[in-house]
Amino acid sequence: MKLLIKNGRVIDPANNIDDTCDVAIENGRIVSVGKTSEVFSADETIDAQGKIICPGLVDLQARLREPGQEHKATMESECRAAVRGGITALCIPPDTYPVIDTPAMAHLIHDRSQNVGLNTVYPLGALTTGLKGDRLSDMAALSNAGCVALSNANSPVTNTLVMRRAMQYAASFDLTVFLNAQDAWLQGNGCVHEGEISTRLGLPAIPEAAEIVGVARDLALIETTGVRAHFCQLSSARAVAMIAEAQSRGLNVTADVTAHHLHLSEHDIGLFDTQCFVLPPLRGVADRDALRRALGDGVVTAVCSDHQPHGTDAKLAPFSEAASGISGLETLLVLIWRLVDEGAITMSQAIQSLTTNPGRILGINDGTLSIGANANVCIFDPDNKWTLTESDFHSRGKNSPFIGWEFNGKVSHTIVGGRVVYANGDI
Amino acid sequence: MPNPDIQHDSNGALKHFLTIEGLSRETIYDILDVANNFFNFGQREIKKVPLLRGKTVVNLFFEDSTRTRTTFEIAAKRLSADVININVPRSSVSKGETMLDTIRTLEAMHTDMFVVRHTSSGAAHLIAQHVPEHVRIINAGDGRHSHPTQAMLDMFTIRQYKGDFTPLRVAIVGDILHSRVARSQIHALKILGAAEVRVIAPRTLLPTGIESLGVTPFTDMREGLDDIDVVIMLRLQLERMEGQLVASEQEYFSHYGLTEEKLGYAKPDAVVMHPGPMNRGLEITSSVADSDKSLILPQVTNGIAVRMAIMARIMGGSSEGAGQ
Amino acid sequence: MNNGSLPTVDEILSTMEQELRPMVSTDSLIIGVHSGGVWIAERLHQSLGLSTKLGSLDISFYRDDFSRVGLHPQVKSSHLPEVIDDRDIMLIDDVLHTGRTIRAAMNEIFSYGRPGKVRLAVLVERSGRELPVQADVVGQHLQMRDDEYVKLTGPDPLELSITKKN
Repeated sequence: MKLLIKNGRVIDPANNIDDTCDVAIENGRIVSVGKTSEVFSADETIDAQGKIICPGLVDLQARLREPGQEHKATMESECRAAVRGGITALCIPPDTYPVIDTPAMAHLIHDRSQNVGLNTVYPLGALTTGLKGDRLSDMAALSNAGCVALSNANSPVTNTLVMRRAMQYAASFDLTVFLNAQDAWLQGNGCVHEGEISTRLGLPAIPEAAEIVGVARDLALIETTGVRAHFCQLSSARAVAMIAEAQSRGLNVTADVTAHHLHLSEHDIGLFDTQCFVLPPLRGVADRDALRRALGDGVVTAVCSDHQPHGTDAKLAPFSEAASGISGLETLLVLIWRLVDEGAITMSQAIQSLTTNPGRILGINDGTLSIGANANVCIFDPDNKWTLTESDFHSRGKNSPFIGWEFNGKVSHTIVGGRVVYANGDI
Repeated sequence: MPNPDIQHDSNGALKHFLTIEGLSRETIYDILDVANNFFNFGQREIKKVPLLRGKTVVNLFFEDSTRTRTTFEIAAKRLSADVININVPRSSVSKGETMLDTIRTLEAMHTDMFVVRHTSSGAAHLIAQHVPEHVRIINAGDGRHSHPTQAMLDMFTIRQYKGDFTPLRVAIVGDILHSRVARSQIHALKILGAAEVRVIAPRTLLPTGIESLGVTPFTDMREGLDDIDVVIMLRLQLERMEGQLVASEQEYFSHYGLTEEKLGYAKPDAVVMHPGPMNRGLEITSSVADSDKSLILPQVTNGIAVRMAIMARIMGGSSEGAGQ
Repeated sequence: MNNGSLPTVDEILSTMEQELRPMVSTDSLIIGVHSGGVWIAERLHQSLGLSTKLGSLDISFYRDDFSRVGLHPQVKSSHLPEVIDDRDIMLIDDVLHTGRTIRAAMNEIFSYGRPGKVRLAVLVERSGRELPVQADVVGQHLQMRDDEYVKLTGPDPLELSITKKN
């Protein structure tokens, strides 16, 4: 099957390409980027004039609710939402029901996502069995079964000795560890950033110390174990400063932030708006600005959606009793694009943070338009103004504080393995 | 994006009573003035007025409190309303019915006003956003956030005994961190233009960034009470604390308990208040609580008149199809 | 009808005083209804030389239009310094029109006790009754159109004016 994408602005940071030209795809792989040879007779042609052609997005963290919480959403519903957002690969944390701590679960995820047949789904394997933080899981087996890295999701590993051993063990097999570095005691059952807003609203709070202490501990352990580590969804200025310092000393650490932490702060909670209840919490304006700067400076190299779809009832409760999380797959690209429009980052940085870099962090052959690579492509119209409404969501979760926001940019086509899986409103 | 003000209707009239924040000085004074009228009811043979006759008021308490519920019940009955008391124990919530489902069931029984007390901050606001146009909500306390009717009766009491707010220095002592009463009192005193508002507590009980509410924090009671006109003591809410926030009760009492000696650091004509119920011997001694500087009993009496005034103010113009 | 043919308030008060004198005794109570009725009651209380204390009623809490329009923005105090039970009461108001104010005032008086007798004296009575209320003493009858309003301004000087509804 030959697919030709013509005349678009091709931006592939991995190969340093930013040029108006064509992308030719054959048998599921990229065969050429540039002027197309006359010999290539395409079965299907997409006219990408005025549009941007970039690698399909790689989302480092998204929850699809399957298996275990199919009442909230399914792999099928959420993958449909993902491809609408230009996402061709996404990574799910191991906190499914049951937990991904056996090769069987990893295979199940793989098979299920193949059945759905849209974007690729990469599972993270559990760092400890049952995510309980006591016993090391069979990391090598999980890796062989397709887990791209190990993680303990949002369950803290409070026993420092266990964490050290887990890192040493992962390092033995050259595996990457994903860390949600928050100190469990300081986090408690807090639901907002400790500061002015929590004081005024009288809500249980999470001090930034929870993240600082968590990151500090894990950085010290990374240093002594030599494991390759990635810090997930950082929320505070102090934490990214610590990461920057560690990187400058040559430590092999990367970090990501969520798209919403780049735009929102604690002030957006207003009068108990549960759509702004996320963990880690939205922090101060200074923190938000520091995260943006860290992205621009390359301390933080990837942005994820941290997609968490919820039914309406889950958010219709008093703030501290509501469910946390935003349905973010469909706003990932446009939120980052907004940063480009605002001049906070360049176009190339934006696309890198969503494609090349997450691909590299996961150690997968994805996130580029290299010749011979899997043809995972996103085509979007960068000049298309629209306002987000609830009915725009294809995810089962419509829980988003961005409803009502005006965005610029819309995905027109998403291609996975050379197959068009989404085009202009149809799947 | 932050929600707009839901306490006032499109004409700027008060329609719910959820928090002191956002009320104007005029609104507060107006309620205190109306309360004055109700205050003298004790002398009348029939202590009722027919203002809310035919209206149904439901006391919906997700968190138990006999004394607050009783004062609201008396207030509503003195306005001739029909009152229903509903206590929603935790177990019923865990049976799966959401808070909003409870409200909807009660609405179907033609309730005009809900007086709501809940353990979680923001509960009253959530309810107010989901009831029909004509239904009124009074917040009887939501988590740590707000207890506006208590603050109003405290302001009524202060005005009774001290008159003008502008020269007053007020100190609130105790568990500020968990106190919705303190937060509401702070907002009220700031709006009414009190000269100074202080909070006195060990650091573990002072919320981060409390200065942003316009108050000065103190950890030393002697310093904090210097030159104070009104001392408000808060109850140490041991049942709301997760883990240990104070050392022993003896230590708390010796540093933060109000004794006659400590009261001596304040002005000679200073008055003492406490929203109740008191832990005698923990945050306040009996000799102070029962002294003639104590306004604790007037606070209780004033509670009914003030709540009547609040109900009267928000209920008007609320019949279905009213307003035009 | 225009202002020119209206007697002055003082003239009307004089008429009322003459009619009231034989009707009241040393034990009678005068109660005025805020605001106009209180001004009239004050004048009459003085000119009749009563030794009982003057009472005043604010009927805001007894009005029948609460559901529609809410509590009046300016609620004044009701003040009944004398015991009500078994007493002979003269209720005073400025204008008797629909009768609803008097209905509310009566309800309020009965909240304080059970009077022996209640009579009504008004400065001005006009057509437009909506309830079966009548005055025992009327200072001045006025025949008015439905789109006209009569109003007493005061307390000093006390003046009557008739205006048209817009």
